[in-house]
Amino acid sequence: MMIKGMRIQALIWMFFFMIANAGLFAQQTDSIPENVKENQKCLKCHGNKYYSYYNDWVEGDVRERMNPFYVIDSAEYYNSNHKTFTCIDCHSYEYEEFPHPGYLRMEPSYSCMDCHGFGDEWAKFNFEEIQSEYEKSIHSQKHNETFSCWMCHNPHEYKISARTEENIKEVIAYDNAICLNCHADIDEFMFIAERENPNVLETHDWLPNQALHFKSVRCIECHAEQSDTLLVAHNILPKEKAVKKCVECHSDNSLLMASLYRYQAKEERNKAGFFNSALLGEYYVVGANRNYYLNLISIVLFGLVVLGIGVHIVLRIINK
Amino acid sequence: MAVKYYFYPLWLRFWHWLNAVLCILLILTGLSMQYSNPDFPFMRFDLAVSIHNITGILLTASYLIFLVGNMITGNGRYYHLNLRTISTELMKQFKYYTLGLFRGEKPPFPINEKRKFNPLQKISYAVVMYVFIPLLIITGWALLFPEITIHDVFGVSGLHLTDLLHLIIGFFVSVFLIVHIYFSTIGATPLSHFKAMFNGWHKTHD
Repeated sequence: MMIKGMRIQALIWMFFFMIANAGLFAQQTDSIPENVKENQKCLKCHGNKYYSYYNDWVEGDVRERMNPFYVIDSAEYYNSNHKTFTCIDCHSYEYEEFPHPGYLRMEPSYSCMDCHGFGDEWAKFNFEEIQSEYEKSIHSQKHNETFSCWMCHNPHEYKISARTEENIKEVIAYDNAICLNCHADIDEFMFIAERENPNVLETHDWLPNQALHFKSVRCIECHAEQSDTLLVAHNILPKEKAVKKCVECHSDNSLLMASLYRYQAKEERNKAGFFNSALLGEYYVVGANRNYYLNLISIVLFGLVVLGIGVHIVLRIINK
Repeated sequence: MAVKYYFYPLWLRFWHWLNAVLCILLILTGLSMQYSNPDFPFMRFDLAVSIHNITGILLTASYLIFLVGNMITGNGRYYHLNLRTISTELMKQFKYYTLGLFRGEKPPFPINEKRKFNPLQKISYAVVMYVFIPLLIITGWALLFPEITIHDVFGVSGLHLTDLLHLIIGFFVSVFLIVHIYFSTIGATPLSHFKAMFNGWHKTHD
């Protein structure tokens, strides 16, 4: 009897809970952007490693593996620069049909310049120069047929960081991951290069404090030609032309100020008397971070010591 | 009459000259790194880093020789400071170097078997050898293995603070070295102290 009473009570609670949450659920559904709702039609299958469909031939549901290259990580996508887009903004609306028509496989992809190549909105990014710098790069020169912007800037995941991310470490980790995606992955590397990729740790074994360098600077600091007008260099150089002279960074005219710290340097001029103070946030670069006041004090003190010794020598000679 | 004391046994002379060579190399390579300039390269940066690292490790070994040698032979007693009297003693010695020396006065703290160093020598050697050099060694090792240094000290890079401390103390040791070399010329003859550090015998003024 008691158990029956408890069941009724539980059912009443459940009823109220459902009514209360129905409103909340409706509100949540309303706040979901239109493109997310629209994209769900595609991500239902392409957002997972497996998909199911009704197969007329076998007259039943079939579960298949999704081609891993066509799986889209929706969390990454909705965090990326293109998060406001619907899939059919860039892909044919005919993909809404399933099975997808076979000829869609030949559908050409948009290039970055199709959208970013014109318009005031993109002027500050200077895409024309990015394009011309990229065309000079080893990636373009050597692999023109297979290489495109998307090799490094996956349109489903890419998110700009150099001018938005305050934590320079995050910028470094994010940007280096782009390079290592191919240069530390034999499958990705061989898709383009047709040879095994060299071990990055071994090719950089000459670098003192290798782990610290890898964490503190981006690959492109040394492997790309810096441009005065681009925030992020895109002319990736052949390995023979990579910066190998320590003083390029470890000096008061540090290369890092023109590359990794260019944005911060522009935003935040030298403070507290430190040369290249933008470098001071999380790192210390020997030879690049000199303090103006310490330099001055040391020169004055050193001068006084030398003067004192000089006077003492003269007095000793006079009183000999 | 001049008196000779055997103040500098072989181990001490060996340590002294090893320490001197290492310190000079560390100062030169340190300056080269700190003021590196691609247009006026005093020394190749990577070469300066390697030499600085190797000599820094050797300096640690040399410092251990100094510590152990001082303990075993009793040489350490010459560095003991009497905090009650040191300030007046320092003033006397300072007056001697700035005035008395030129008036031909006798040194206020003549060297003898019990007193190898005058008060100014004693305090400068003690501070350099027991404060500055250990701090340079500790900060140097921290810079050699930057991953072990504290990453963030109240929002400032721990590596940066370590390096600042390292180079500030390095500067004071450089100044000490110059003053030390100059004061070594104030002996019975300008070269007698240098000779003593080779043959072990300290010769007092007549």
